[in-house]
Amino acid sequence: MDWDWNFVREILPTLIQGVKITILATLLGSVLAAIVGLAIALARRSENRAVSRTVGFLAEFIRGTPLLVQLYFIFYVLPDFGILLPPLVAGVIGLGLHYGTYTAEVYRAGIDNVPRGQWEAAKACNLGAGQTWTHIILPQAIPPMIPALANYFIAMFKETPLLSAITVLELMNQAKSVANTYYRYVEPMTLVGAFFLIISLFSVVLLRWLEHRYGKIER
Amino acid sequence: MTQWSGYLGLILQGALVTIELTLMGSVLALIMAFLAGMGRLPRFFIVRALATAYIEFFRGTSIFVQLFWAYFVLPLAGISLTPLQAGVLALGLNVGAYAAEVVRGAIQSIGREQYEACIALNLGRWQGMRHVILPQALLVMLPTFGNNAIELLKATSVVSLISLADLTFQAQVVRSQTGNTLMPFTTILVIYFVLALVISWGVRSLERRMARGIDGVRV
Repeated sequence: MDWDWNFVREILPTLIQGVKITILATLLGSVLAAIVGLAIALARRSENRAVSRTVGFLAEFIRGTPLLVQLYFIFYVLPDFGILLPPLVAGVIGLGLHYGTYTAEVYRAGIDNVPRGQWEAAKACNLGAGQTWTHIILPQAIPPMIPALANYFIAMFKETPLLSAITVLELMNQAKSVANTYYRYVEPMTLVGAFFLIISLFSVVLLRWLEHRYGKIER
Repeated sequence: MTQWSGYLGLILQGALVTIELTLMGSVLALIMAFLAGMGRLPRFFIVRALATAYIEFFRGTSIFVQLFWAYFVLPLAGISLTPLQAGVLALGLNVGAYAAEVVRGAIQSIGREQYEACIALNLGRWQGMRHVILPQALLVMLPTFGNNAIELLKATSVVSLISLADLTFQAQVVRSQTGNTLMPFTTILVIYFVLALVISWGVRSLERRMARGIDGVRV
């Protein structure tokens, strides 16, 4: 098992191509997860029992099954119903839906943490439901959630290699194709591992800062 | 109409492999969790540093990368693993790192007065741990362990990518043989979900059993 720096230099440009897709998928997936999570959290609070029950069960189902199988489902099953998605789009939808069910719990906790008095004050000021949410509840609920949300986005980032299974050319897929072309696994696989390790060590620092900046609830 | 019963048998065989992997992975994860989690407590710097390095490394890189590393890179160092061994190793070490933080947190959550009581009763370090601290800490750990076990179950789907014939792999086999996508993927999604329900039900009933006798003690 010998490490060849020349080989590393040779494959690095290809891997960087993959890094771009990995980061793109993470960013798009995070945006989608943030939106889906909020939608699920709001639907579960719905007065309509049928809506809250159904959404609750679906979220539970998505959280209890593997992301990889969900990606296969989106990529292989949906075309049978006429929905043909490019790999990256399918991957982003999979990531967004899966992590949306996790971020929904973060939103739920954040919304529950807004004191009752705020709801009553909104009502006393004669604000409508939409106004109450956008002007009173969400502005107070969202800042304390930011560290927890960021935590899930980092977790999502570490799951992006799964997209290689549905032929997205992200970092892991580029590394696999390089490895299969040259029959050398040590450098590509180790570089991928090192890349994820470095990013997640940085993200620990970022998380600490976010917790410091937003984590405290002002009462 | 294709013979679904035969294909269903194939998928059930895959379910057995998934269950086997989950069980063996959980055992390894449990061992690593206690080793690394308690390894972060003592005064010796070396032990703490080793445990921290293990936890950060395995939480920082993704399970997929670790699995490929175990399967493709370790053989070059002379350690050849079967897909099953590589799968159990990667899953156990990965989830063990997450669970180690649970062990540490639970042990540290036990109040100082309990440790003082151990000293007052002249119990040794090990005796105090075994008879006083752990029985209480285990109860704190259990719910999170349940979540970790479900994460492990979900992560087992990744081993299908190193050609281990688990649920996801068999679904792909059925897909390539019949061309039907809806039936295999829906079936395995349901099976994964049922397995996840079984785990959370099992952990809840275990929690009830273990809580017997120490109900009154906990505040």
